[in-house]
Amino acid sequence: MPTFVYSDKCDGCKGGTVTACMYICPNDLMKLDTTRMKAFNQEPEQCWECQCCVKACPQQAIEVRAYQDVVPMGGACIPLRTDTSIMWTIKFRDGEVKRFKFPVRTTAVGSIEPYAGKPEGGDIKSNLLFTEVGQTLPKI
Amino acid sequence: MSGTFGNPEIIEVNTDILLIGGGMAACGAAYEAVRWAGKDVKITLVDKAAMDRSGAVAMGLSAINTYLGENKPEDYVRMVSADLMGITRDDLVYDVGRHVDGTVHLFEEWGLPIWKTKETEGVALKDGGKPVRSGRWQIMINGESYKVIVAEAAKKALGIENIIERCFIVKLLLDTNEKNRIAGAVGFSVREHKLYVFKANAILNVCGGAVNIFRPRSLGEGTGRTWYPVWNAGSTYAMAAEVGAELTMMENRFVPARFKDGYGPVGAWFLLFKAQATNGFGENYVVKNAAMLKDFAPYDTATVVPTCLRNHAMLKEMKDGNGPIIMDTPTAMKKLAETMTPKEIKHLEAEAWEDFLDMCIGQAGVWAGMNIRPEETVSELMPTEPYLLGSHSGCCGIWVSGPEDIDSPAEWRWGYNRMTTVTGLFTAGDGVGASGHKFSSGSHTEGRIAGKEMVRFCLDHKGFKPSLKGDIKAIAEEIYMPVRNYIEHKDKTTSEDVNPNFISPKMFQMRLQKYMDEYVAGVATYYNTNAKLLEIGLHHLTMLKEDSTKLKARDLHELLRAWENYHRLRAAEAHLRHILFREETRYPGFFYRADFPKLDDANWKVFVNSKMNPETGEWTLRKVPHKDLVEKHYGGQKH
Repeated sequence: MPTFVYSDKCDGCKGGTVTACMYICPNDLMKLDTTRMKAFNQEPEQCWECQCCVKACPQQAIEVRAYQDVVPMGGACIPLRTDTSIMWTIKFRDGEVKRFKFPVRTTAVGSIEPYAGKPEGGDIKSNLLFTEVGQTLPKI
Repeated sequence: MSGTFGNPEIIEVNTDILLIGGGMAACGAAYEAVRWAGKDVKITLVDKAAMDRSGAVAMGLSAINTYLGENKPEDYVRMVSADLMGITRDDLVYDVGRHVDGTVHLFEEWGLPIWKTKETEGVALKDGGKPVRSGRWQIMINGESYKVIVAEAAKKALGIENIIERCFIVKLLLDTNEKNRIAGAVGFSVREHKLYVFKANAILNVCGGAVNIFRPRSLGEGTGRTWYPVWNAGSTYAMAAEVGAELTMMENRFVPARFKDGYGPVGAWFLLFKAQATNGFGENYVVKNAAMLKDFAPYDTATVVPTCLRNHAMLKEMKDGNGPIIMDTPTAMKKLAETMTPKEIKHLEAEAWEDFLDMCIGQAGVWAGMNIRPEETVSELMPTEPYLLGSHSGCCGIWVSGPEDIDSPAEWRWGYNRMTTVTGLFTAGDGVGASGHKFSSGSHTEGRIAGKEMVRFCLDHKGFKPSLKGDIKAIAEEIYMPVRNYIEHKDKTTSEDVNPNFISPKMFQMRLQKYMDEYVAGVATYYNTNAKLLEIGLHHLTMLKEDSTKLKARDLHELLRAWENYHRLRAAEAHLRHILFREETRYPGFFYRADFPKLDDANWKVFVNSKMNPETGEWTLRKVPHKDLVEKHYGGQKH
């Protein structure tokens, strides 16, 4: 189910050298064609269909088309992700459309303070993690 | 100077702790280690992707599969041992079990939405909120952003200046002066012409499991739609083996039975929605084949029948022509809907879809493309191609030292918790062998355990000055060999796809997959093999290894693929050698030694450990005695 990029929507992230999709793809698949200034999937058969690039694209220029060696044509799963939720549009081959919305996060993006209110590490020789300081660990 | 293609700029990075990988285990290690490190210990993380979406949780997850809650760590140890047919390290499993809940509480604090029962809605787990359990150990989440959240905490802890993304580590390096001592690692940027040479006191090797070492069931565009992440290239096992770290249980593998062709998760369907799976004629294949499973006593009487035995029963039906294996989703949903309001039914449908959309969007795509609606149409299940991993329902990996406060055999403890047999080299998550069922939360937890111990190691070895073994220029030459091969030979033929002087990473991978599939118990032989097939397979892999010096790379992306596939080959070789050594069938349903078709507890209830001599490349394998530290029960009896 490789990703594809709509030519009319992709703006190559406005001339940067690294597009949003290139930045995020866990498998190094998205690439910027610097002549056309459009991104493309350079190795479609290695696409895991995680849709990380689809969710990250500022232009909503990327979608996923089902892998044609297995799946009949016409279906689609299209996400619209915000900082707090994700809306999925599911298009069936027979034309039916379903929508589902799910929360993704209960805190503001960027708001995590990893050590706020947390204890300092105690005895580094003990088996307690720093958040467990003062506890007694069970043993077999 | 700035580098060019094939002549990279060499960047040397000196650090105390090097974390290789950016997944759950690496994020856990970063979070814990930074807190203990103070100003004296420098920590650097290197990831071949971007931390926000790297590792096995990149897409998200619909459940956290290890949360103990009201359960005791002892019971967790029993479950893990039974599912993995009796051979696991109780010390390591117990250790994850006693720490994991605190880690899950952190995830919730950071912003991960965790489902609660109606009565405790809005109450955090740590304050007594009751999770919605889909099983004894699993809790449901809205996990689309799980990795983004966990990465944010790790990145903030580390500081952005200590993170190098898009850098692929190819090799670990030993120390010149001290024998069997880690000293550094080397890799390259896939974005710039830069070769990175790291010198470190301690290294965490956490690069996930091994995917696509066997020929997958889909060979075209579907090749990438693997069950575990397609970018897990076996680097953890390959790099550890090449510096002489002892591996354990590399014969173990995981063959998940999943929704056919999209590999969608079945856990929620079985456990939350209470769906039944049957053969093509409506028969419960586990019940029908109970007598056959008795051959694998006592594990067949475990509270939950081990995953491999359920596969074994499924495969029997498929081989007998009683397929397809069917997940009856409509009956399950109708049954649940009987006591529900229309609004609740709508919610149930959304939950069913979310299970896929949070962690396996491809399966939702298969349903949409095939007009499958779970409330109307049943779905097929299918066992997949084999995977190597140590954190899910599998336990291959590296042999590590266990926690010192647990009374285990001396051979299980030689110092720092989660340190491998190479001094200063640690691992966690998929890297730690003989201890599966950690999943995302357990891997993060195990990363935390290792992270703390690495700081302790560095403080205890403050005087260490890494001196890298081998000539860096020569190592750089070796790493860029695929580029040299390409530049030297590309114009000799009219198409670079067909050139007698080199092999593309893609063809290299396909050759590996073909041999593994046909000789090492892939889907082609219904997961059967024997010593004769394995010997031939090993011969083929040996020639493939020789040909690895002829790999070509036309750009940095292909150079990444070249080395990933070299790692796949090394991990696959370890897998083969272990299967050849273990002369029994321990994991029917995952693979069969057809020449030793029985479980043989008398001779083989032992760990199998292996070691490759880094100087000579020779492998030695040995049995290591197993011991139950927690008493096990099967069929109601102590064992």
